[in-house]
Amino acid sequence: MLEQARGGDRRALGRLLSMVEAGGAAADEVATLAHPRAGNAFVVGMTGAPGAGKSTLTGRLTAALSEGGRRVAVLAIDPTSPLSGGAILGDRIRMDGVVSDQVFIRSMATRGHHGGLSLAAPGMLRVFDAAGIDVVLVETVGVGQVEIEVVGTADTTVVVVTPGWGDAIQANKAGLLELADIFVVNKADRPGASDARRDLEYMLDLGPAAHDPSRWRAPIVSTTATEGAGIAELAAAIEGHRDWMTEHGELARRRAHRLRDEVRSHAMALFAEATDERLASAEGIALLDEVVQRRLTPAAAARTLLSTN
Amino acid sequence: MAQRIILAKLGLDGHDRGLKVVARMLRDAGFEVIYLGIRQTAESIVAAAEQEDADAIGLSMHNGGHLTLAARMVDAVKAAGLDIPIIVGGIVPDVDIAKMHVLGVATILGPGTSAEDLVTAVRGAIDAA
Repeated sequence: MLEQARGGDRRALGRLLSMVEAGGAAADEVATLAHPRAGNAFVVGMTGAPGAGKSTLTGRLTAALSEGGRRVAVLAIDPTSPLSGGAILGDRIRMDGVVSDQVFIRSMATRGHHGGLSLAAPGMLRVFDAAGIDVVLVETVGVGQVEIEVVGTADTTVVVVTPGWGDAIQANKAGLLELADIFVVNKADRPGASDARRDLEYMLDLGPAAHDPSRWRAPIVSTTATEGAGIAELAAAIEGHRDWMTEHGELARRRAHRLRDEVRSHAMALFAEATDERLASAEGIALLDEVVQRRLTPAAAARTLLSTN
Repeated sequence: MAQRIILAKLGLDGHDRGLKVVARMLRDAGFEVIYLGIRQTAESIVAAAEQEDADAIGLSMHNGGHLTLAARMVDAVKAAGLDIPIIVGGIVPDVDIAKMHVLGVATILGPGTSAEDLVTAVRGAIDAA
């Protein structure tokens, strides 16, 4: 099926992505096949507040990035309802009419995972990569200040803001803004766009790149995604960051770190599973009772639980 | 795992209020709804169904073109080798319902369908496919 997907079979790629998303034995099998074939795709993360224009911008970018025959895909993530487990995945509607048929778009629900990215996202990126996709644009759910998970998953992180998003104090708060590789001021035709730009410049002037030319200073690109304005500049900025990372060994470093993170999250999942098993055992139940009876603290019980084999 | 359904309107038909309500009903029943909105073609819907690995296609029709459009959709789905049900909601006159089934539409849901009946019908159509 992976060979079919490499050959451009949409249905085969669609099925493979579902298998990975569902997890379990089939997902492991796909990963085993895909991992040795992956490592070539360039991953661009698109993040920012809800309504900033991430979907429209992503749609526009696919055209700019597919020049020269490159295969481009989009992984668009929207939130799952915490109440019903359902989701409305509405990113495709923003990409309608601006995205060519050659671009593979996959919508994904967070399925209860926080941080703007779904747990299965790295595995799905691996499938895109192994299927011969050259560039994957990952569009996160609208995020605020601290949901910075996309940074760990993308090679280049684009943070999208709009006029009126905040002032210089907002810009200097810690969080997402510190981790942007490229800033976009979208809806640049609206009042306040130059203020937004200036506030970001101020923030960058106080950042580590201001006094150290060996560090990357995030460029700021103004766009009006609905009109297509500024898209070529944004594509050029992405290419520029990619070249800079390749030159400075940053790309390899980021990718190694990303794999380490992925190993870690798989280890944590196994660990959580093992912990639940122990808690359900006779010994675990006895320990819990000690805690309920106030003879043992929860932390001490946890240590006891994990110190025995 | 959550079931995935594509919702769209085919051709020139801008009445999407009903489809938005249906999207919300399905979401609240635990579906993952891939919402394509208005002015889609049979080809764009098939492309989305393949990429999204959807379990069903839901079409809203209010412009009287249901027989033509449904036939086009069924043909496109068959041509792609997809084995997923097509469900139609909206305005379909009684005299056309049997014809729609013959064309290959799995289920037809008219005005006033409750959320409960909608979800039962969609699940039923997916299970039968």
